[in-house]
Amino acid sequence: MDFPEDLKYTKEHEWIKIEDTMATIGITDHAQDSLGDIVYLELPREGAKVIKDEPFGVVESVKSVSDLCSPASGSVVEVNDALVDSPEVINDDPYGEAWMIKVEIGNPGDLDDVLSAEEYQKYIEEEK
Amino acid sequence: MSNPVSTTNPCNLSKEEKLIFEKSSHGRTGTLPPIADIEETRPEDLIPPAMLREDIEGFPELSELDTVRHFTRLSQLNLGIDTAFYPLGSCTMKYNPKVNEDIASLDGFARLHPYQPDELNQGALQLIHEMEWLLAELSGMDAVTLHPAAGAHGELAGMLMIAAYFREMGNPRKKIIIPDTAHGTNPASCMLAGFSVILVRSDDNGVITPESINAIMDEDTAALMLTNPNTLGLFEKHIKEISDIVHNKGGLIYCDGANLNAILGISRPGDMGVDIIQFNLHKTFSTPHGGGGPGSGPVGVKSFLEPYLPKPRIKKKDRRFSLDYNHPKSIGRLRAFHMNFGIVVRGYSYIRAIGGEGLKRTSEMAVLNANYVKEALKGHYHLPYDLPCMHECVFSDILQYEYNVNTLDIAKRLIDYGIHPPTIYFPLVVKGALLVEPTETESKETLDNFIDAMKKIAFESKKDPDTLRSSPHTTSMGRLNEAKAARNPVLRWKRETGK
Amino acid sequence: MTYIPHTDKDIKDMLAAIGVTSLDELFDQIPYALRLQRPLNIPPGLPERNLVNELCHLSKKNTTVDEYISFLGAGSYNHYIPSVVKYIVARSEFNTSYTPYQPEVSQGTLQAIFEYQTLICQLTGMEVSNASMYDGASATAEAVLMAGRLNGHQRVILSSALHPEYRETINTYISNQDKTVKEVTYCTATGKTLPEAVEAQIGNEPSCLVVQHPNFFGSLEDIAALRDLIHNRGGLLIVVITEPISLGLLTPPGSLGADIVVGEGQSLGNNMAFGGPYLGFFATREEYIRQVPGRIVGQTTDSKGKRGFCLTLATREQHIRREKATSNICTNEGLCAISAAVFLSVYGKKGLIDLARLNFSKSQYLKNSISKVAGTRIAFSSPTFNEFVIESEIEADVLLKALLKKGILGGISLKKFYPELSRHLLLCATEMNSREEMDTFVEEFSKL
Repeated sequence: MDFPEDLKYTKEHEWIKIEDTMATIGITDHAQDSLGDIVYLELPREGAKVIKDEPFGVVESVKSVSDLCSPASGSVVEVNDALVDSPEVINDDPYGEAWMIKVEIGNPGDLDDVLSAEEYQKYIEEEK
Repeated sequence: MSNPVSTTNPCNLSKEEKLIFEKSSHGRTGTLPPIADIEETRPEDLIPPAMLREDIEGFPELSELDTVRHFTRLSQLNLGIDTAFYPLGSCTMKYNPKVNEDIASLDGFARLHPYQPDELNQGALQLIHEMEWLLAELSGMDAVTLHPAAGAHGELAGMLMIAAYFREMGNPRKKIIIPDTAHGTNPASCMLAGFSVILVRSDDNGVITPESINAIMDEDTAALMLTNPNTLGLFEKHIKEISDIVHNKGGLIYCDGANLNAILGISRPGDMGVDIIQFNLHKTFSTPHGGGGPGSGPVGVKSFLEPYLPKPRIKKKDRRFSLDYNHPKSIGRLRAFHMNFGIVVRGYSYIRAIGGEGLKRTSEMAVLNANYVKEALKGHYHLPYDLPCMHECVFSDILQYEYNVNTLDIAKRLIDYGIHPPTIYFPLVVKGALLVEPTETESKETLDNFIDAMKKIAFESKKDPDTLRSSPHTTSMGRLNEAKAARNPVLRWKRETGK
Repeated sequence: MTYIPHTDKDIKDMLAAIGVTSLDELFDQIPYALRLQRPLNIPPGLPERNLVNELCHLSKKNTTVDEYISFLGAGSYNHYIPSVVKYIVARSEFNTSYTPYQPEVSQGTLQAIFEYQTLICQLTGMEVSNASMYDGASATAEAVLMAGRLNGHQRVILSSALHPEYRETINTYISNQDKTVKEVTYCTATGKTLPEAVEAQIGNEPSCLVVQHPNFFGSLEDIAALRDLIHNRGGLLIVVITEPISLGLLTPPGSLGADIVVGEGQSLGNNMAFGGPYLGFFATREEYIRQVPGRIVGQTTDSKGKRGFCLTLATREQHIRREKATSNICTNEGLCAISAAVFLSVYGKKGLIDLARLNFSKSQYLKNSISKVAGTRIAFSSPTFNEFVIESEIEADVLLKALLKKGILGGISLKKFYPELSRHLLLCATEMNSREEMDTFVEEFSKL
């Protein structure tokens, strides 16, 4: 299981790469592993507003559906449309090619509660 | 001792059966329509050409024998109750008596048009009336409708009645409480009827407690919807206190009757405080499941809810039966015509065959069988609720974790032993659940054979986990790639790509 | 009868293995106060011979359509069911299996349903079909709900020439949702749903227009003329077919612009059985697949690369998506769908086309003969398939009573559904009606 040090994490098993006010969001290696073969992905359109702790999309395996929760409020500036066509990439490369959306964050304070790689790793150990 | 066996007929079934469209040959015909005893009227002379089709592209053209052989071979790729032990939890896959099939296909039941006048249907209406009465007696309810076509259809009827009741009271309520062990149909039915769902957790003993209901029950909650016994195979023993709490706040109790097979003649939902219940004739009352349906989902209610039952109702007056549409408070109809009558006939025939004592014996033996399996496999498989069970019991795959064997592998391996897998990954409160419901019609020898196979699989998971992970090995098909099916849906045959 | 195999010894041994002393003890978890303290007031069981006797006797209190000359239709049709259909669906591998959740031991059901889905697509001209719904009416209600999910609109436009019980079903299904239903009155001259009449009800942001074809009066609708009207306002066109034999003759609704085609498949090899079990079919465009209710079978490959079939896109369904599912349906009408697949396969392309043409000819024969009876006219001018409406100078209920005495089920009085049509009868003629029967009916009718 992989937990890149340069990323931040949420308890909803998303990773966030923060560059100034821009957040790139995807789901973690642990998330893809527990979901199994991912078969479907639904993402918002470019320009859509996302709200902290509210769903912005859906990821589905054969027998499960999970909401994707936004770690911060803001507007979507870029969407990985190629990923929607090939959701299996989430299983292969969750932290790389499988980024989902890039969000321009309205309030940087929204991200105060994100976890470090170490904290996240500890969190999922406890969750087991 | 059981050993892996081939579950299929070896002479033809290792081969792929082509699709019927691929066996088609232009110009071939099977059945012919009757001889025309009137002169033909050409549709082309009366109907505008744009409304007439020229061809049915791709439609099959086969001889009668080839059609029969095709579907017969397909049937041989299936396991049914008549082929194998089928311990699917919460599905009650009991023996489907053959005589019921014969009775339902009697012309006097099968060849009745739903709109023929009541005076020609007195036998059918009498049967319906008696069936309503039988279901009312065994559930302790006051009135029953046979209108809904399946369990979930009955749930929807029940939820719509609850909504209508509160609307009439001038107090439309918005919420329904559902335990975390519920079938997925329960929350889905609530939503369809306009309610939101409040989840209540079952406790460490697998049941819901009066405290947990007390904490969330309020005057905006229309009902508690629960299954009793629940899907862990446990009796909701606090049901009476819980129903008092709900009733005191003006709410109602809906019981999903999917698991009634455990309590026939032993305990009646109507005596537990239940206000509405749906029955599943295709579970408890032995009608065949047909590879997915048809079913029948009658609904029973206490008298104060009777005015809301779907219509038509059956009326008996002066020893004459009739369909009665005059029920102004009724929620209306949820389907065309009256009910899945053919299924009702089978269920009625079943109850008449085994009688009142037989119903009780059914539940006793169903519970005996489940407890027997549970005790025998305890230790070989993790038992998340180590308690006496009702008609079904739930195991998990925790003991097999360390060998990298999961519930799916165990289920698929059972197929190699000639047994249909139990319900897996349900209920959701048990991770890696294996829900086993043997039913009363299985003999001790069949159960011993199952227990034996399950023990062997537990052993194999230590010694030879690869065999489990790649199972089944004895079927015409290996494990199906369900991810591929969902990623690139191919949902019908097409000439271009059909292969 | 008993279907329980246990001997006294089995029970004793099993109780001992469990570690309890009596059957009663197994039920200790049920509080004593909730235990039934008396036997059920249900008669004792019957051995098979007595059971058959009793139920045969009960069945004989009914009169079948075969004992009368019957012209009843209206959503339940009397068609011949080839013996092949009965033999195949009686095979217990099909009949006694569960929903095919374990595809390795359910390829028979799965492939047969995949073939059924394909046949429905071919008949309707649509791209995808589900694995069946309860019946035509509930399938129509589900189509209305799906249209709402797709376009978010709340205004439902129903043709009043849609089967009245289908309209009632829709109203029940949506009774707790924020939808408004508008009915478009049928044209009294043609019996059709006219574009002008739809225009008057369509309003802003309609969700869907629901029309039946052939409609409840048997009249053929002009689907193409209604299509643009609803599409231009962002609504979906739902076409309902209660008599699928008509699809052997008529242009498939899919090629006329229908977005969802639903209907009743009883005609395809299922008994009339006093109203059920029947077969709801549901077909639509591929792009809407994720909003479709009910099960769907898809093609895939197995671990060795062989073609096989499994249930797919299950994340739409209640057992996974729970309160957010596209429908609450679980048990459907699987075996009735297999009946339909066998029926359509054994008739085949030529057989179905010939059967449809024969139904048309039979009903035209009846239509011509009855229209010559003094005081009787064909009520609507639109072309029909195998059903049509006549108007008489006499009240329909009076006519039906008199005909019944002559052994004739002379159609359905429309008064119950359309109070203004109190002297109108809906008549249906299929391949089951002989010339002699029709002549007898017309003769008796003319004497009234």
